Amino acid sequence: MHLHKYEKYWLGAGIVGLIVFLIILGFGAFYLGTHPQSHGEIIDPENIEANDAFKPENRGLTKVDEGRYVLNIVASAFNYDLGTDESGAPIKNIEIPAGSKVLVQATTPDVIHGLNFAGTNINMMVEPGYVSTMEVELNNPGEYTLVCNEYCGVGHHLMYGSLEVVE
Amino acid sequence: MVTKNQKHVNTNPESEPNLKGTLISVSILGAILLVTWIGALMLFLLR
Amino acid sequence: MATPANVVEKFSSKVFHNYGTVELSLSKRERRLIMSYMYVAMISLLVGGLMGLLQVLARSGEFELPWGINYYTILTVHGVILALVMTSFFIIGFQNALMGKTIGFSKKQLNWAWVGFWIMLIGTVIAAVTILIGKANVLYTFYAPLKAHPLFYIGITLVVVGSWVTAAVNFRQFYLWKKAHPNEKSPLLAFMVIINMLMWCIATIGVATSMLIEIIPWSLGYKNTINVLLSRTLFWYFGHPLVYFWLLPAYMAWYAIIPKVIGGKIFSDSLARFSFILFLFFSIPVGLHHQLTEPGLDSTWKFIQVILTFMVVIPSLMTAFSMFATFEITGRKKGYGGLFGWLKHLPWKDVRFLAPFVGMLAFIPGGAGGIINASYQINTMVHNTIWVPGHFHLTAATTVVLTFFGIAYWLIPHLTGRKLTDAVNRLGIYQTILWGVGMTIMSTAMHIQGLAGAPRRSNFSDYGGTEQAAEWGAYQMAQAVGGTILFFAILLMIFIFIKMIFFSPKGEQEFPIAQEEDHAEPTPKWTENWKLWIAITLVLILFAYTVPIMDVIQNAPPGSAPFDWPIGS
Repeated sequence: MHLHKYEKYWLGAGIVGLIVFLIILGFGAFYLGTHPQSHGEIIDPENIEANDAFKPENRGLTKVDEGRYVLNIVASAFNYDLGTDESGAPIKNIEIPAGSKVLVQATTPDVIHGLNFAGTNINMMVEPGYVSTMEVELNNPGEYTLVCNEYCGVGHHLMYGSLEVVE
Repeated sequence: MVTKNQKHVNTNPESEPNLKGTLISVSILGAILLVTWIGALMLFLLR
Repeated sequence: MATPANVVEKFSSKVFHNYGTVELSLSKRERRLIMSYMYVAMISLLVGGLMGLLQVLARSGEFELPWGINYYTILTVHGVILALVMTSFFIIGFQNALMGKTIGFSKKQLNWAWVGFWIMLIGTVIAAVTILIGKANVLYTFYAPLKAHPLFYIGITLVVVGSWVTAAVNFRQFYLWKKAHPNEKSPLLAFMVIINMLMWCIATIGVATSMLIEIIPWSLGYKNTINVLLSRTLFWYFGHPLVYFWLLPAYMAWYAIIPKVIGGKIFSDSLARFSFILFLFFSIPVGLHHQLTEPGLDSTWKFIQVILTFMVVIPSLMTAFSMFATFEITGRKKGYGGLFGWLKHLPWKDVRFLAPFVGMLAFIPGGAGGIINASYQINTMVHNTIWVPGHFHLTAATTVVLTFFGIAYWLIPHLTGRKLTDAVNRLGIYQTILWGVGMTIMSTAMHIQGLAGAPRRSNFSDYGGTEQAAEWGAYQMAQAVGGTILFFAILLMIFIFIKMIFFSPKGEQEFPIAQEEDHAEPTPKWTENWKLWIAITLVLILFAYTVPIMDVIQNAPPGSAPFDWPIGS
């Protein structure tokens, strides 16, 4: 099979380019540790409270150390449970100081959901039977909308909350 | 006869056609792929 | 100088004789079969397009859907009827035309092809009815544990089974042809059809397995729970090759039909075949790149499939080169020199060329976006945002669809014994421009909005009144403008179809099939080492999927019961 000289250049450059892309991605993933969410922990979807993180009192934001937080979320059709405030009302908005490290843990008792703080790199699938987790450093102040981005039923677009990263 | 001969030479597998325009075109395509990818990577890293 | 006879003798053990592609004429019965596929595709286009219009209007927040119709019913119809029905009917019809034109159907083969058609049509009708009565608001990906009416799944399974019958007919045609022509290379277009059907059959095993052993028994109540992640993994094992099943017929036209339309020859028969072989290898073992942000799947295997996904870029790079080279060589032969002078010769006023060409242009941003989507951790930035439908409205809904329209402009008159008239050609050019403009507006808005975080497959919502949601709203208006233009483009296309079928003057419209150069390099025999190609494909699949699937089964959480209340039924 004959290849034109220029086609050899083109395919050569293309293949080298793709390899360079892969090396950059691989370096970011396996050396710097920025993987997409791939947590493997399982949970009984009909008994999520068996896992401490998803007991009603542990839902929402908890400060564990200076600049370190855990955010436990239960996604269900059609609501994000971010815990309750002192008066018992459901929390919809969360505030975190800029520069904090946050471990987000989420699961669902029903169907598949998406969990995305729009505009951040916190974006993961939430599936029955699994705990999804992601740890990120929030450096850019601003308001980020929490949206369900995987179709979960007719009220899918009514699942939301917000995250404020404050100076 | 002459035209037939000429046609024969032009399409001989041994002689490569002139594909300079093609090389430039695919280079532009390659540059677009490179720039968009780097742009996406940068945006990802800034978030 | 070597005469062709000498060349053949010299390499006879390693290369094929080249007798040129023989063109048969399509019989009346073959034409009727192919037209039946085209009718279903056209009706699907109209219905799906109308759903698209309602969707963009509803999501703009300015309009409410009439008669209490649910947004997600419309979204399900849009996805199923366009992504699954319109594409597969057009593709199988077109591929049957290519098989009829290059190899031909026996009477018995044609009868079986009709069986395939009817099974697909019955499946389509069953699925469509369940969706329209609101019992299947699960979108075209039907992710468990959302549960639709069992007939929805049965209908879709029948569509797949019908396509298998046609695939079996195509394989049989090809096998008999090869037996009768032992030292000849198969016709290029038939070769491509067989590659696409092989890929389709191997890929659909995934979704069929999931349907038959998991989803259908579970939806009927014979099984209490379902392994959600397994069903998703099997779905995406099928879902990525599905997009190549759409794309390859467009590539068939680019490699082997467009050269004839522009008055040129095939750039390289061997390279075209080689790129299709690579598509067979690398289209399937890559489905995990749709599941990069999912729990329960190991990150190493995700990365391995990302590497395999990058491999599938290579045959598209080859295709890009071949297209430019075809244009340049043809232009230079016509006397248009210079670096870009050859662009001037291209038949810009011939819609059979212009529509696929605009499709090719769309594949530049489409391909660029695709590489970004597949880029492991970068995928997190765009996953399930509206960037993703923005991306596939470039690749599928522009590259593929405009190429299909470009085919229809000559195929439909050819089948109905009429001519492509100047008036229809002109309308087609307007249609192409309208499509290009509408899609540019809509897709650009979707890409930007996606980068800003807006979710895909969602009805209008102000998300509690955040500033971000207000910002998305502006782009949703742009989407509505683009989508409305596209709807008018679809109406124009339907008008063109009707004109071509019923009102154009009788005549014989050419079925353009490009030939190789008289002294083109002979095609090596290894290109048709089918057993090896299938073996490599299966080995790659086993390599990429064995461990992840074993993992999903062995480390499975308690299964999920069916949920039908979230979809409103």
